[in-house]
Amino acid sequence: MPNHTFVLNGEPVVVEVEDDVRLLWVLRDLLGVTGPKYGCGIEVCRACTSHINGKAVNPCSVPVGDLEPTDEVTTIEGLPATVGRPLHPMQQAWLDIDVAQCGYCQPGQIMAAVALVRRAKAAGRTITDADLDAIRNICRCGTYHRIREAIEQGAAQM
Amino acid sequence: MTASPRPPRVDESEGRPSGVDRRGFLGWVLAAPTLLVGASAFGALAGPEAAGAAILSPPEPADLYDLSDLITDATLPTSMLVKVGVETDGTVTYALPRAEVGQGLTTAVAMIIADGLDVPLDHVRVTLADARPELIWNQFTGSSSSVHTLYRPLRAASALARQRLIAAAAARWSVAADTLTTRNGVVHGPNGRSAGYGSLSAAAAASTLTAELVSIDPDLAQRVVGSPRSRIDALAAVTGRKVFTLDLAVPNALPTMVHRPPTINATVASVANLAAVRAMPGVTHVGVISTGVAVRARTFGQCVDAVRALSVTWAGGTVNGQSDATVLARLKKAEIPLLVPKVPLLAKTVEGSFTFYFRSNSPLETNCAVADVRPGSAEVWASLKNPIVTQQTIAKNLGLKQNQVRVHVSEGGGSFGRHLFSDAAYEAVEASRLFGKPVRLMWHRTDDFRHGRTHPMATSRVRATVLGGNVLTYEQRHTSVATDFTHGLGEILLATGAKLPGGNLTFAQTVFMLTQSLPYNFGVTSQLLSEVYRYDTFHTGSMRNIYSPDVATARELITDQIAAKVGKDPFTFRKAFVKEVRMRAVLAKLGQVGNWGRAMPPGTAQGIALHSEYKSRVGALVEIDCRPATVNRQVPDAQTGPRVTKVVVVVDVGLTINPRGLEAQMQGGAMDGIATALTSSLHLVNGHFAEGSWDHYFYTRQWNVPPEVQVVIMPDTTGSPGGAGELSAGVVMAAVACAYARATGVMPTQFPINHNQPLGFVPLPTVPPIPQSPTDGLAHAF
Repeated sequence: MPNHTFVLNGEPVVVEVEDDVRLLWVLRDLLGVTGPKYGCGIEVCRACTSHINGKAVNPCSVPVGDLEPTDEVTTIEGLPATVGRPLHPMQQAWLDIDVAQCGYCQPGQIMAAVALVRRAKAAGRTITDADLDAIRNICRCGTYHRIREAIEQGAAQM
Repeated sequence: MTASPRPPRVDESEGRPSGVDRRGFLGWVLAAPTLLVGASAFGALAGPEAAGAAILSPPEPADLYDLSDLITDATLPTSMLVKVGVETDGTVTYALPRAEVGQGLTTAVAMIIADGLDVPLDHVRVTLADARPELIWNQFTGSSSSVHTLYRPLRAASALARQRLIAAAAARWSVAADTLTTRNGVVHGPNGRSAGYGSLSAAAAASTLTAELVSIDPDLAQRVVGSPRSRIDALAAVTGRKVFTLDLAVPNALPTMVHRPPTINATVASVANLAAVRAMPGVTHVGVISTGVAVRARTFGQCVDAVRALSVTWAGGTVNGQSDATVLARLKKAEIPLLVPKVPLLAKTVEGSFTFYFRSNSPLETNCAVADVRPGSAEVWASLKNPIVTQQTIAKNLGLKQNQVRVHVSEGGGSFGRHLFSDAAYEAVEASRLFGKPVRLMWHRTDDFRHGRTHPMATSRVRATVLGGNVLTYEQRHTSVATDFTHGLGEILLATGAKLPGGNLTFAQTVFMLTQSLPYNFGVTSQLLSEVYRYDTFHTGSMRNIYSPDVATARELITDQIAAKVGKDPFTFRKAFVKEVRMRAVLAKLGQVGNWGRAMPPGTAQGIALHSEYKSRVGALVEIDCRPATVNRQVPDAQTGPRVTKVVVVVDVGLTINPRGLEAQMQGGAMDGIATALTSSLHLVNGHFAEGSWDHYFYTRQWNVPPEVQVVIMPDTTGSPGGAGELSAGVVMAAVACAYARATGVMPTQFPINHNQPLGFVPLPTVPPIPQSPTDGLAHAF
């Protein structure tokens, strides 16, 4: 079995597994990082959304063999470190609005929201209703309205 | 044995103004080294409210004694076993005998306890209790009953704990107890003396079981209760630290999945390549279980590979060859005739016939469980609303004694009725026994749609007669594929009774009768249920709001038709015919906040609906945009269609525990109602459901979410909390349907309204049963 090296939440990790095993299972089943959730395994529900080199990616659809040793994988557990505070502003906004119900989708929602705001900021603009409408993450509890409120608040603090 | 409704009695809470209960309760101090109390709560009866206008309809069973009464009465005898403890560090502990699946129950009960004991909310630690068979019916989560059943026992238990702590301080300081006060977890006495609860807990404890009368201090009520509080698990949720079933670190419980049949309930005849699949990378075990072929591997990814590689021949199946059309034909055939009583010749008739297709109650967390079965013992972890039945069933299946089976209830990633059943737990136990190893069993998303529990397909026929501005009669005949109620109400006897011939139907009739009440004075009324198929032909179950979304949608659409017949607008008509005072207030608020009757462009409209259930009253006013530019807007791999642009929900739950949590429940239920009215259903095609992905099953997504969502919580009316967990789902579905009818000029009769349009997706194959994960995720980074 081949070894794979990448950077996980700021620390280099090495894991021995077949090349084609998707990153979601490497994180959850082999490394015990359980923030990213399984909701479909086919890049639809987005519950596993994490960041690779700062961009939102669904690890259910990334073979671990595609990662380079320098690739930086950030899960919800590592998000605060990206701002050097106990909580990322988006997480704080989520708390202030009390978004979560069951909470299962929320790590993915927050990671997707952070990437969305970063992308808008990089393009020199603010978040629009059209941006919010285009978010694909499922929340079966139906917290969508509070998610929209929280993203607007979080964006203002990022 | 089945449940049957007892002679109607009036809920003590109805009609009583908000206030504090000074009555005495009997409590128990349990033998323990630190303070541990339980309490029970029985109350007196009061008269019913008088009805208002028009031709009065006699109260229906659900008006007098509803499903939450049944569950509350079933839980009363054991409510003293529900224990509140005080630790030596002052932490208050409570092992909740219910499931937390996102509905905010742990937060609500922590708030009730915080008030009763006079401690800050963050001193209360609520965990989920393991299966406790001595609780009998008091460990069942369903029918929006939890807060209603727990409110009084918890208030009494926490007040008793406070009373014991005060008594301990009084003894320590040799002063009279009535000279002492409490504040935020500290007892205060004369001369500035004070003692934290933790330091008094051992002295307040009892060495033997002790009965004690307790009264609730009115000054302590509703300091925390009634104020908006955030969920006690919110921080864990947003940091990824909240632990769900599959996150539990159970040693050696390796990933396990099941290869499932191409049609519902087919069973394995033979497997051609067991040995070859067993030799695949990462795979440790492969074997046949009752629902398919189980595979255990180092990672779930390798389980997916193995499931897809298996070559299986199938036998049987309960609905092979069947489709929506064949089920509909059977429902139509079983409809109980409408029997209008003799009415004057000049009476006009209003009628409608509605079809509601199968819907999935799949939460985002698919069915899953961890199991470790060994000779002479079994241990299981799962999100379970019915852990005692689960424990009893596992013991029976394994030939073990009940106390050899440990059942742990984990936090659930949603439920919507799904976790009334323990399907994954039973499979995990079977696989663990077969393999002789612990397993971490997970359903694939595709399985969860195709083989998971569904809201049964149903029809509803309604006929009303109208004369001279009054409604003389209202009849509704609801005909449904059987809803599986074999989960009972928490204990194996009821669950077993429901499996006997006729038992499930009796139970279903009871549930129907105890949940369906008509909010209007429509003269002589009758609402009847009939069912087709055996309860286990399809995998059905109660889905958020059980019968109500369908029954209410048919009722509210016909109500609008009646209004048109008598020349009134939907709001004015309801105002004249609504049955009682709480609902009238909800309606008035709805009209005001929702700005009923405002001018709107053609192709858009408002809709309004009311519903009464679980001792709560709720109304919804929605606005919908059915103009072509909106209906035809394009989002990739998505269902767009009409967009609900505004939702206002007004709710009276009698007594609001947590306004922030209640608002969240109403918002969530509204998203359900929008989905079931417009977009979300399962299509039965040739013995299986076509949907296999969230891009096929069109639950509400961000592009369907109304830009405006407003929830108004009415002031407390009864002093007793009604149900809230399902309340807005049905009423919003009905309001959306009514708005759609007004915007388009055509009353919809098929739900969701898009169901019979061409499929908006390409179905996944049934062989192999689950799709492979993509490999190009990096290309989609954003």
